[in-house]
Amino acid sequence: MLAITGLHKSFGATRAVDGVSFGVERGQLVGLLGPNGAGKTTTVSMIAGLVTPDRGAVTIGGAAVSSDSDPVKRRLGLVPQDLALYDELTARANLRLFGSLYGLSGTALDDAIDSALRLVGLADRARDRVKTFSGGMKRRLNLAAGLLHDPDILLLDEPTVGVDPQSRNAIFDNLEQLKSRGKALLYTTHYMEEAERLADRIVIMDHGHVLADDTLTGLRARVPAGADGTASLETLFLNLTGRSLRD
Amino acid sequence: MGFGAFVALVRKDLQLFFSDRRAVILTFAVPIAIASFFGSIFRGGGDNDSEAAKIPIAIVDRDGSAISKAIVAGIKADKNLAVTTPSVEAARSAVQKGDVAVAVIVPPQFGDAAGRAFLARGAKPQVDLLFDPSRGAELAMVRGVLTGHVMEAVGNEVFGGAQGRTIVNETLSQLDASGLPADSRETLRTLLLSVQRLNQQSSATGTGGGGLTVPYDVKEDAVVAGGNAQYNGYAHSFAGMGIQFLLFAAIDLGTGILLERERGIWKRFRSAPLSRFTFLTARGTSGTIITLLTLVVSFAFAMLVFDVRIHGSVLGFAAVAVACSMMAATFGLLVAAVGSTAAATRRVAGFAVLIMVMLGGAWVPSFVFPAWLQRLTVVIPARWAVDGLDAMTWRGLGIGAAVMPTVILLGFAVLFAALTLARFRWEEA
Repeated sequence: MLAITGLHKSFGATRAVDGVSFGVERGQLVGLLGPNGAGKTTTVSMIAGLVTPDRGAVTIGGAAVSSDSDPVKRRLGLVPQDLALYDELTARANLRLFGSLYGLSGTALDDAIDSALRLVGLADRARDRVKTFSGGMKRRLNLAAGLLHDPDILLLDEPTVGVDPQSRNAIFDNLEQLKSRGKALLYTTHYMEEAERLADRIVIMDHGHVLADDTLTGLRARVPAGADGTASLETLFLNLTGRSLRD
Repeated sequence: MGFGAFVALVRKDLQLFFSDRRAVILTFAVPIAIASFFGSIFRGGGDNDSEAAKIPIAIVDRDGSAISKAIVAGIKADKNLAVTTPSVEAARSAVQKGDVAVAVIVPPQFGDAAGRAFLARGAKPQVDLLFDPSRGAELAMVRGVLTGHVMEAVGNEVFGGAQGRTIVNETLSQLDASGLPADSRETLRTLLLSVQRLNQQSSATGTGGGGLTVPYDVKEDAVVAGGNAQYNGYAHSFAGMGIQFLLFAAIDLGTGILLERERGIWKRFRSAPLSRFTFLTARGTSGTIITLLTLVVSFAFAMLVFDVRIHGSVLGFAAVAVACSMMAATFGLLVAAVGSTAAATRRVAGFAVLIMVMLGGAWVPSFVFPAWLQRLTVVIPARWAVDGLDAMTWRGLGIGAAVMPTVILLGFAVLFAALTLARFRWEEA
């Protein structure tokens, strides 16, 4: 569904992404892990069309995005790390805007808004201004805005930053549900336990390169088992990316 | 898909604008309050400060006598005046457009009549002063300067010039038929004979004399179109403040886009199937609507409370207002294109707007500036906006006078749009 081939991107003398390739299939959640500065966000930005690659290709269902207004982009949904919402508008007004950007209108748009709000548990707050929402509610609305137009592929950039365990669990449930509907999900995170719970495959990046691309089981097989008899993803991660501080 | 997104973006900007009621009230109330204050100060009547630049005046010599030529020459040599000598019609038009402050019309037979009035209390000829009612201070200065030059010209001619000798001789020959009492007639004859002798001596020695009275009256005629329209200083102040706060609203548009970058909303726009053209035209359209609303509300208040009227062309007023709003909206987009953070950009852009509107004559009329600065203001869009709105309100000019400001403001809009396209950061750094 989503294929990334040989992506390169430099900012001045810095090579942010250097030959990254991987794919995400329908009904699959791929966890994209890496320390700060590994190139995760730049990779996601290139997939989402926010940044133009120096080299390489991104194809969605076999088609490359040819222009800003290419309808192929409709098959892609983005859930940015930021709470990309207008605090001064209601939840419904926010979703109405973002749905309209993808060509939704009239009853189809209203139905999509209702469906998305129900999915994230905010149907009863549709007419409230976002500034009255808690952090967790904003995160859930952020997710709703990304999947409103029913994309085939959902890019989630650290979607659980700063939320309480209840909201995080609710978001996990939403993602499981989306995966079961056949959506392809690319999920970046710093939290190993999130990747362990959700990901069908895990891509570990550092210094702009892909260091590992495998299932959780495959990755665990690369490191010795701990006291509980299982290998830790975090141990593998630290083995691959090192223990030096990045920020 | 493009049009739906366009409408959604415009609607969103309007929703955001009206979502903060306190900000909306301030957006409309502050310019009204400041314009009311300035309008009360500059209501007209000539109480402005002294001038730093030459006063532009026109002088029309319909006499062509030695005296009138001497007056024109004297005024042309005056270092405080920038003098042109057009026809009567052109002079009136120039005053109406604000190109000159005062037009001096010297009537036919002025020299003879002034000379006789100077010597024998004959009927005083009338000099017409056509003046721009927004430039009362300059009228007063021109009146004083003119008095000096007329007195000098008439005095010199009567006491030494060829025309003066003729006037003295004619006055002497007509003295018996003048109807004056005998003793007064003889006293005047003695005076005129003395002047005649003085003229003969002056002719021999090449020296001249001076004058004794002001030999003319002045008829002042405020030139505004629209029949009996009165100058209303509030029209100018509301134009100026309207432009200023319209540009402030444009800054809000620009910093709003920068805030969208900071909040990550920009990522949603860029990841959506949304063309750059749709994005920019939608933001430009919402900016135009909001800034136009700012201007319309201000003028509506001025019309209701201060009796400001569009004495010129309503269509011309609308054209200038829309062009001005488009200029402001594209200025807002340019702010977004060159700005970094919203907070820093707001400060810098706010300063730029204040300079722009000050030089554009929004606070005080631009004629108080030095000449070099006045020339510089033609590259300030606010100047054209204020001039255009003035022309359509209290100056009462026709739609023709709106064409140039409208075209130039649209030119600025195109320039700002082009710069925006060239500088806008579409990609995430």
